[in-house]
Amino acid sequence: MTIKTSNAGVTVIKKLFSRHETFVFLAIVIFGLIITVVNPDFLTLENVFDLLKSYALMGTFAVGMLFVLISGGIDISFTAIATITGYVIAVLLLQNGEQLNIVSVFAIAGGVGVLLGIINALIIYYFNIPSIITTIATLNIYYGLLTVISKGKWLYGFPAWFGQYTQMYVFKFTAANGTSYGLSVITAFWFVLMLIAWFVLRYTVLGRSIYAMGGNSASAKRAGFNLLRLNLFVYGFMGLMAGFGSVIQALLVQTVAPNSLVGKELDVVAAVVLGGASLTGGTGSVLGTFLGVVLIAIMGNGLTLMRVPAFWYKVVIGTVILISVGASAYRRKVSARRRTIIEVE
Amino acid sequence: MEPFLSLSNVSKHYAGVTALKQVDFEINPGEIHCLVGENGSGKSTLIKIISGTVHPDPGAEIKIAGEVVHGAQAIDAIHKGIQIIYQDLSLFPNLTVAENIALSQVVASRSHVVRWKTLDRIAREAMARIKVHLPLDALVGEISLAEQQLVAICRAFTSDVRLLIMDEPTASLTRKEVDALLSVVQEMQARDIATIFVSHKLDEVLRVADRVTVLRDGHKVGTYPSGELNDEKLTQLMTGKTVTYVPYTPPQSPETQEPVLEVRDLSKRGYFKNVSFQLYPGEIVGLTGLLGSGRTELALALFGVHQPDSGETLFKGRPVRFRSILEAMRNGLGYVPEDRLTQGLVMNQAVGKNITLTILDSLRNSAKLLDPRKVQESIQRWVKDLAIKVPSVESPVQTLSGGNQQRVVLAKWIATNPKVLILDGPTIGIDIAAKFAIHEIIRELAHRGLAILLISDEIPEVLQNTNRLLVMHKGYVAGEFVSSQTSVKDVQELIDHQDQ
Repeated sequence: MTIKTSNAGVTVIKKLFSRHETFVFLAIVIFGLIITVVNPDFLTLENVFDLLKSYALMGTFAVGMLFVLISGGIDISFTAIATITGYVIAVLLLQNGEQLNIVSVFAIAGGVGVLLGIINALIIYYFNIPSIITTIATLNIYYGLLTVISKGKWLYGFPAWFGQYTQMYVFKFTAANGTSYGLSVITAFWFVLMLIAWFVLRYTVLGRSIYAMGGNSASAKRAGFNLLRLNLFVYGFMGLMAGFGSVIQALLVQTVAPNSLVGKELDVVAAVVLGGASLTGGTGSVLGTFLGVVLIAIMGNGLTLMRVPAFWYKVVIGTVILISVGASAYRRKVSARRRTIIEVE
Repeated sequence: MEPFLSLSNVSKHYAGVTALKQVDFEINPGEIHCLVGENGSGKSTLIKIISGTVHPDPGAEIKIAGEVVHGAQAIDAIHKGIQIIYQDLSLFPNLTVAENIALSQVVASRSHVVRWKTLDRIAREAMARIKVHLPLDALVGEISLAEQQLVAICRAFTSDVRLLIMDEPTASLTRKEVDALLSVVQEMQARDIATIFVSHKLDEVLRVADRVTVLRDGHKVGTYPSGELNDEKLTQLMTGKTVTYVPYTPPQSPETQEPVLEVRDLSKRGYFKNVSFQLYPGEIVGLTGLLGSGRTELALALFGVHQPDSGETLFKGRPVRFRSILEAMRNGLGYVPEDRLTQGLVMNQAVGKNITLTILDSLRNSAKLLDPRKVQESIQRWVKDLAIKVPSVESPVQTLSGGNQQRVVLAKWIATNPKVLILDGPTIGIDIAAKFAIHEIIRELAHRGLAILLISDEIPEVLQNTNRLLVMHKGYVAGEFVSSQTSVKDVQELIDHQDQ
């Protein structure tokens, strides 16, 4: 009986170590420990909740990016989409902000985002242009048009009701020094998005079809999947997340600026890839993506807390991505080699 | 009896090329109907039209179960009970075995939510139907090719199949697995399921088929009851020519010469053990054995990809130990890999570029840059020498037929002027006529003095085209035969005997 249980334990551990997420999690723990040793301020609830709030933006984008990467594509244009949706809601908030509420703001931003995402999908599907080229082009078009129309103006001075959400918490603690902190509604919103994404990817035909398309799109077509519909969904969903992200950004900083998001595309791609998604499509998970975002968050935050000059941030992130992707490629190679030998014997 | 499927007057033109011309085809419920033809004869186009992924030119009429269908899509074909197992298997390497088997069924049922237990149940039922057992949770990309084939077959059995189309289903299966598959096909027949069987292994075709339809150059040659056909007749119908095999004899008797390659007690743990043989100039030596018997691993070790643990290799009488492919190539050893599509060719590059890939060093001028004139001369020479049929040497390799692709691979290696050429499954997945052509080239090369090691799991192929034959089993050389005095049965018995 004891032997049996320990065997089961070994299998569980083996299974855990065959998953990319485990390694990302271990990396988070190790980084967390190092940072805490240098600066104990890191591992405080206050800092953790604060990080989860400020990285809700990247996390929301990452959820959309995850879908695109699993489908075998990539979307670089989402920051431009988010900038446009941000401007749209900012203008509406400034003109008749009192008639709007948070739901309608999210709906408008999301709707515009979906529309722009669908344009990407149609170009990619009908002209058969690689998604990276298409979205680099639309990034420039979307962003260029916005700059022309907005003349690069910053928008701020939103209605008071719009400002209150940054200070709204699902639950709240008060620290000894009187400041209060807790789980922000913004973080909670991101968590809900991840839960929905997890469910869609794992338990819906749509989600599994996206994995299938990313694994082998020719087979997916033969198996009777509607690739146009899948593409529309994937890029539309990325647009939706871009729209939602723009609202989160506006909530967090109470300003909409044309240059605050564009240029950050690759950070999001990096987070998702760090979490185990492959640029060749077919793999990736919501949990991994979450861990990827968290790892990037604590590295950024931790380096600051350790008083490392900000210039080092990019070097560290780049190195971690290389190690992570390299390690998982190596593990694949090892397991492939093991397989051949088994076959021969 | 009303045919389950009938097509009449089906034509298909692709940008100036006629793939099919006024073809009629029908299959009855419960019939096993074989579709044979050379590459480019229109078999795959016909299958694609039946499956709804390609639309025929106007004027065609397609009836499924007596009902005329228009503009069918793949999903419509699935709803009507038509399932296809493609040659490339069309699997999703990133999904589990259970998902691969059950997913298209779930999609076809138009449900939106995936219940993993249901997937497992569908997969288990399908596996039970063809009596195989596969690990449901394993990723398909991580199981062997033979297992992947079984996954593809199981997938077809998840729905209410009325017509199953199998495109070269046995190409990568061992004999035992082929037998199991054919008995499944015959069992389906009893349940009134029609089967279209596309195969280039004519003995299999004749073993199971009720009727055989032969296509040539996009035209239908005819449909024949399989009782009226034999191997020879079928070959003649497919190619329009009569071909006979003469066993290969080396130009000079091997005993009078020095071996060009000699292997003594070569071993590599987990792959092969104590392998010894000699290879003389002008010889074609066959190397056969089941998948996983160590033949490919041995070839890779000779070629410097793997390093053997012990034993020695003598090349032209001199002990050698190739540390890399480059070293093996420079010494005059060539290797054409088993999977030419992924390992042997740069598919989207021009034919000419592929041919000259291995000899770029020798095509440079005094300034060490590529000399366009030399390159062109070399390309023209090999295209002519191996009779590669291409519209232009600038055409990408992927636009060629399988047989012509194989010639390009051969040209690429022969261009390096090797002394020994190892050919691993050179005719896998190509049809009989192209096969003959490849065999002709191999014989011609050997006749010029090249020593050839021909690896294949088709025993007739190695017997007909070699002068000696080595049989490997579980890493050992289990036997050696003189090809002209050996029958397929002798070799098969040796292999079967080893299993016991």
